[in-house]
Amino acid sequence: MQVDLKRRLFLKGSMAAGMATVAAAAGLLTPNVVMAAWPQGAFEAKSLDNALNSLLGSASAAKSHDIKIKAPTIAENGSVVNVVVQTTMPDVESISILAEKNGNPLAFTVDLSKSVDAYVKTRIKLGKTSRVVGVVKSGGKLYSAEQVVKVTVGGCGG
Amino acid sequence: MRVNIINKNGQAHVRILVKHPMETGLRKDKDSGKIIPAHFIKHVSIEHKGQKVINARCGVAVSKDPFFYFKVNDVATGDSIKISWEDNLGKAESKEESIA
Repeated sequence: MQVDLKRRLFLKGSMAAGMATVAAAAGLLTPNVVMAAWPQGAFEAKSLDNALNSLLGSASAAKSHDIKIKAPTIAENGSVVNVVVQTTMPDVESISILAEKNGNPLAFTVDLSKSVDAYVKTRIKLGKTSRVVGVVKSGGKLYSAEQVVKVTVGGCGG
Repeated sequence: MRVNIINKNGQAHVRILVKHPMETGLRKDKDSGKIIPAHFIKHVSIEHKGQKVINARCGVAVSKDPFFYFKVNDVATGDSIKISWEDNLGKAESKEESIA
């Protein structure tokens, strides 16, 4: 009885999943209409430069002292690393956070409207000791600031 | 999703905490040895009075149970702030709060 019930549930579940796939294929479920496209190429890029090229159209970001990146110098646990990127620059269009030594360096990117402070804080995973780079797009140009975070226990292992 | 909004002189400090596994798709299940499929938040957005002011995209390198902190300017008491996220499996959640 118990087994049969589970079987029913499983069949029900797989049918629902199947129907969702069909609906998605038919264009009935298009979640990305509400949200802007997810830059797959940039998130799957394997190097910092490729990620920046794919995301922002250029990999040449000038180092700027107007950007502050705050991250720990030593992270005991690479799976939770606090990162703050902020800048006093005007006309900031986006802020991105990348970890050079991660398999896919791009971790996080945010488009900001004019009514938002050029400030972002989040937590990222670091596989190993790495440069963490904050890239700011301001007035169509790219600027960056970086900090090395030393990881004693990685955050991407099994 | 837990949201904390503090109005500091017309600037809303928005803190967002989402319960989510943020699976990279690279980890293996320790018992079965099978790869755990990727399951992660792709989009996070904030709307202020219906206007999108934050449009964030995440990769798998954002930590488990993600935390985000943004500062939205020019807010007034009673304004609506709507926070939404959506993951790679189509799961989504929204929360609307009014500024105190």
